[in-house]
Amino acid sequence: MSAVALPGETARGRGPDWRRALRALLPAVSLALVLGAIAWINPRVISYFGFTLMLNYAVPIALATLAQMFAMTANDIDLSIGAFVGFICCVVATYLNQSAWLGALLLVACVAGYAALGALIHARNLPSIVVTLGMSFVWQGLAILLLPKPGGHAPIWLQATMSYRPPYVPLPILASLLIAAIAWFGLMRTSYGAILRGAGGNATAIARAGWSMLRAKAILFGLAGLFGVFSGMALVGITGAADAHLGDGYTLLSIAGVILGGGEFVGGVVSPIGAVIGALTLTLASTQLLGFLHIPPDWQVAANGAILVIVLAARVAISQRGKAR
Amino acid sequence: MKSTFATLALVALAGTALSSAAHADTAKMRIAFSNNYAGNSWRQAMLKSYGIVTQKAVKDGIVAAADVFTTADKEVPTQAAQIQNLVLQGYNAIVIDAASPDALNGAIKQACDAGVVVVSFDGIVTEPCAYRVVVDFKAMGEEEVNQMAKFQPKGGNLLEIRGLAGTSIDDAIHQGILEGVKKHPDFKIVSSVTGDWDQTTAQKAVATVLPSLPAIVGVVDQGGDGYGAAQAFAAAGKPRPTIIEGNRQDELQWWKEQKAKDGYQTWSASIAPGVSSLAFWVAQQVLDGRKDIPHDLLVPYLAFTQADFEQELPKIPTGGVASHEYTLDESKAAIKANMK
Repeated sequence: MSAVALPGETARGRGPDWRRALRALLPAVSLALVLGAIAWINPRVISYFGFTLMLNYAVPIALATLAQMFAMTANDIDLSIGAFVGFICCVVATYLNQSAWLGALLLVACVAGYAALGALIHARNLPSIVVTLGMSFVWQGLAILLLPKPGGHAPIWLQATMSYRPPYVPLPILASLLIAAIAWFGLMRTSYGAILRGAGGNATAIARAGWSMLRAKAILFGLAGLFGVFSGMALVGITGAADAHLGDGYTLLSIAGVILGGGEFVGGVVSPIGAVIGALTLTLASTQLLGFLHIPPDWQVAANGAILVIVLAARVAISQRGKAR
Repeated sequence: MKSTFATLALVALAGTALSSAAHADTAKMRIAFSNNYAGNSWRQAMLKSYGIVTQKAVKDGIVAAADVFTTADKEVPTQAAQIQNLVLQGYNAIVIDAASPDALNGAIKQACDAGVVVVSFDGIVTEPCAYRVVVDFKAMGEEEVNQMAKFQPKGGNLLEIRGLAGTSIDDAIHQGILEGVKKHPDFKIVSSVTGDWDQTTAQKAVATVLPSLPAIVGVVDQGGDGYGAAQAFAAAGKPRPTIIEGNRQDELQWWKEQKAKDGYQTWSASIAPGVSSLAFWVAQQVLDGRKDIPHDLLVPYLAFTQADFEQELPKIPTGGVASHEYTLDESKAAIKANMK
């Protein structure tokens, strides 16, 4: 993170080092806590088979969380990512399955559309929250047009990829490591990655230094679209068929995942590795841990929400103490 | 790779699975119920029916456990993760009211591969390895229009209230209604709104379109929306049409009041929430070693007419739905009826 000193970070840089270390470690610590709780309740699941089943659905969530993270890097919020993922699922289960070329073309067009959206938001200085909320209805509508009732079929190769069982390390863990490493390298270790983060941290400085903000925003939203496409493909590869509502829950999960992973709503402060860990933690906490706890059905919905609030509150409490210094 | 997976699955299950032969009794077996939504009167009644039957089954020692799991949202990925979770917990069978007929197939297949019996009902799944307890929703939609033709022999304009968009049940009932209208060309659907099987949603949706509509003679719907529609017509000061009801207590109560006032006639039908108990017994029977049960079981919908709805009304709790809990013997009979 120290390659370029971003304004948000220098202000906090005075605090003792262990606090910053704790903050950076918090996503990992919460993941370890949730895993520990699951292992304690049901030790049998800590196995190759257990991890494969438990974390299967974390892969598309992690990808959607990264998509959200790119939007949040530019101080924006993408409220349409869930509906977009649902739409991509429908495209993959219909067009991509029938004709690889037409399907691929449509998916590329979707990414281009997302980039154009970013450019529009910058050029007209529109609030992203309004534009993306509007777009969420567009994506949802297109998805229902494409698949009025659940159906379609995931391409065989995609299903085969998602159900591949690599030796020793379960696929979801391998995939998460790979996704996190790629996003981390691109955003944290390349020079243009620093410019992109600067677009959220100090847009004026970046513009004065001669970088196009329009281009930066378009690229960030294009990346959000790209990871949204990956998320939809991964999701439909697991489910085998699509449904217009498949991604609905991803919007809020992805925002929570970015925040849990150490990101901020403003300032271009994001952490790709943290975001992926955040997505894994949320998946485990909300569905798996709850399932093992045997909470009565009337309370399950509330308990799910409570776990989310507790996990996020812990993260905010620690980072605020860091600020108070 | 596949065989490693299967072996691991067996190892993971070994902790609780009973290692006896096929014709075991089910006293030590555990059946889980994966439910994707609990937010309306029908689902509440369905859970209640399931609870009544399964608690007794556990007490009588027929099964060791019958736990209920409801997902926090109506979404497919959450329920798929839940199914995987239930497999990991080592349940012998999973009864499921599914969020999607196709999109859960990946998770269902994993469960089957791990040796878990899967029985779906209401929201069914298309994965061939699972069992389906199916209510003929399409026939129900068609019958709604047939009944409407009895009450409104001259035909006229109909308002359709749809259920949750994008679900298979909504689509099936809708298709049935379209078939019915084709057979009775005097009727014309002039508008279609989304009521989500919920009285308040239906009331709002109907109230929104009413001012722009011509005179409506009848409302065809999917249940859980009839009372809301009646309220919307009354509030708008429009004449009361023939509203098909869906076995809800508030709907039948309203029907009774109207009947007492001026002999109002209509018809009521819905899937009996107690079908969840039938799904439970099917799972139990399969675990008991029965191999002759067809994977697709068709059960009739529950309908009430002018003659018999008032006898049923006192039996339905306020805010509930007319139901019928299956006993083991009734379930065996229902299975037999499907074995031709």
